[in-house]
Amino acid sequence: MSATAASLALPAGRTSGSLPAIVGAELLKLARRPATWVLLGLWPALQLVFSLVIPYVSYSRGSSYEGSPPEALLASTLPDRLVANALSGLPLFGGALLLTLGALLAGSEYGWGTLKTLLAQGPRRTTVLAGQLLALVTVLAGTVAVSLALTAGVSALIAGAESAPADWPGAAEIARGFGGGLLVATTWGAMGVLLGTALRGTALAIGLGLVWVLAVESLVVNVAAPLLDVFETAQQALPGVNAGSLVAALAGSDTPVRTPGVVAVVDGGQAAWVLGAFLAAAVALTALLLNRRDLT
Amino acid sequence: MRHRRGQSPAMHTATGTAGPRPAPGSSSARAAGPGPHDDGDPVVTTDRLTKRYGSRTVVDALSLQVRRGEVFGFLGPNGAGKTTTLRMLLGLVRPTSGSATVLGRPAGASVAQVGALVEGPGLYPYLSGRDNLRVLARYAGVGADRVAAVLDTVALTDRAGDRFGTYSLGMKQRLGIAAALLKDPALVVLDEPTNGLDPAGITEVRTLLRRLVAEGRTVVLSSHLLGEVEQICDRVAVVASGRLLVESSVEELRGLGRLVVDARPLDTAVAVAGRLLGPDRVSVVDGALHLQAAPEETAAVNRALVTADVDVTGLRQEARTLEEVFLQLTDVDEAGPPEPAPRPRRLRRGTR
Repeated sequence: MSATAASLALPAGRTSGSLPAIVGAELLKLARRPATWVLLGLWPALQLVFSLVIPYVSYSRGSSYEGSPPEALLASTLPDRLVANALSGLPLFGGALLLTLGALLAGSEYGWGTLKTLLAQGPRRTTVLAGQLLALVTVLAGTVAVSLALTAGVSALIAGAESAPADWPGAAEIARGFGGGLLVATTWGAMGVLLGTALRGTALAIGLGLVWVLAVESLVVNVAAPLLDVFETAQQALPGVNAGSLVAALAGSDTPVRTPGVVAVVDGGQAAWVLGAFLAAAVALTALLLNRRDLT
Repeated sequence: MRHRRGQSPAMHTATGTAGPRPAPGSSSARAAGPGPHDDGDPVVTTDRLTKRYGSRTVVDALSLQVRRGEVFGFLGPNGAGKTTTLRMLLGLVRPTSGSATVLGRPAGASVAQVGALVEGPGLYPYLSGRDNLRVLARYAGVGADRVAAVLDTVALTDRAGDRFGTYSLGMKQRLGIAAALLKDPALVVLDEPTNGLDPAGITEVRTLLRRLVAEGRTVVLSSHLLGEVEQICDRVAVVASGRLLVESSVEELRGLGRLVVDARPLDTAVAVAGRLLGPDRVSVVDGALHLQAAPEETAAVNRALVTADVDVTGLRQEARTLEEVFLQLTDVDEAGPPEPAPRPRRLRRGTR
């Protein structure tokens, strides 16, 4: 190699952005994207409405719910039910929203042709994926925390207004709730990323994801499983069923959660492992696809 | 070095972080290393580079070289395999066979020193121009000061706060070029950078490219605008159906100019010109003598004709345009039989 060629040659290491810098870039993208705020804002908002506002308004009007006295409705909104009230929407509608976010995050990189622009800056493909997933986990952790905080605030207001006891769950229970909620949220988000990557776009990825979360799992659990033993067993491996089982376990077995999708089909430990396996598989498959593909 | 370099505008120091690079023709540039036409200093080398998708061969055993400090035009009709080749150089597409070396390393491994705009500017429509570049700067591992510098280079500072989605096509192209310059790259790969630009935008891009070269960068440019390529590029490669048809300097590709002579009697004129230049350089078109002759041969032709009692009533030099050459090359490729494949012609300068 000539002296000039040697001066042009790169040093042994790549000189692209570090992983923290890439996570920062992804957080900037997420923060500036309106869809992020809509999807992540919708989940805690719906959670509040269905877990606290509607039961409290119903209690205030003296209504009952499925034969339960109005006092039972009030009890379900108090601070001791914090974890259940903050997370109960996560297995179903929260999952659908977060899967949509993941699909948007990965799929739009293909639609806008931005993935090639990012890779042309020099980072490895796996570094790009790691940066995107870490940024996603960061915003999901923030959203789970916001959901817990909002639920705590509104529950405290209700308890204060009704002079009801404010028995807060312990820190360990809240931490378990946060960790479990983050696992469920991240699993749905990572599955959205996998769909967006596999299908190289957003529309089909979101459509298929929503059909799975909102229709297919529901049909398996409510229609097929009662009829055939094979579905009775198979449902225990579904991500939505395990998400519901984990949230049910975190909520505590003494007071069942009314939210659809939150049913203890398997125990909490098994649910966490199955969700962890789905998360790992989604990340591994996405990395495999990203690394093997030509970017055309 | 082509004389056009001397016409480049004053160096725009904003594109470099470590100060201006020496102009290739300057003494400092010469001291730094060989010039762009030193065949021993390739920046890009492909060796029988091939890409197949199923049974379709998109790039077929492509072997070419891009030398340091030159503007290299990569030409071909739609579907010729230009973009796929550029993607292979960037590591976005893996070759089926063959190899490519970029900046002394395997293609893809050196991408951190390559600035690229491939098939349009792929940027985030909901982000401002400035935020798009901030994101890419973090990916590239360069400081935020580069963002302001490259925005200034492409004259987008005033609109940097506007969303990319609201930009005109020309502004999008310019921001894409700014993104390619973020890393202060030694090699800039631009795929159709003038797509969709109006004449003023094309002129701006041309000026920018000259500035990049004046700063000592190597530019690989794919374009359909052959007039632009002719004005900017030092050397070109023409590809069709994935195969290299020719790789040479622009001047050599255009070949000898055409000398059109109105002379009577025509038969005598043809005979005299044939004796002087050789029969293969003489033809008659629409009653005029068409000679393949360099401008410096014009006087000798005139003198010979007059000496032979031929009346010369008109005599003018016509240069072939790159477009004429390109159409001739690609027509031959498309109309000709598939076997045997056209043999790549290499018209190298100098002592190769």
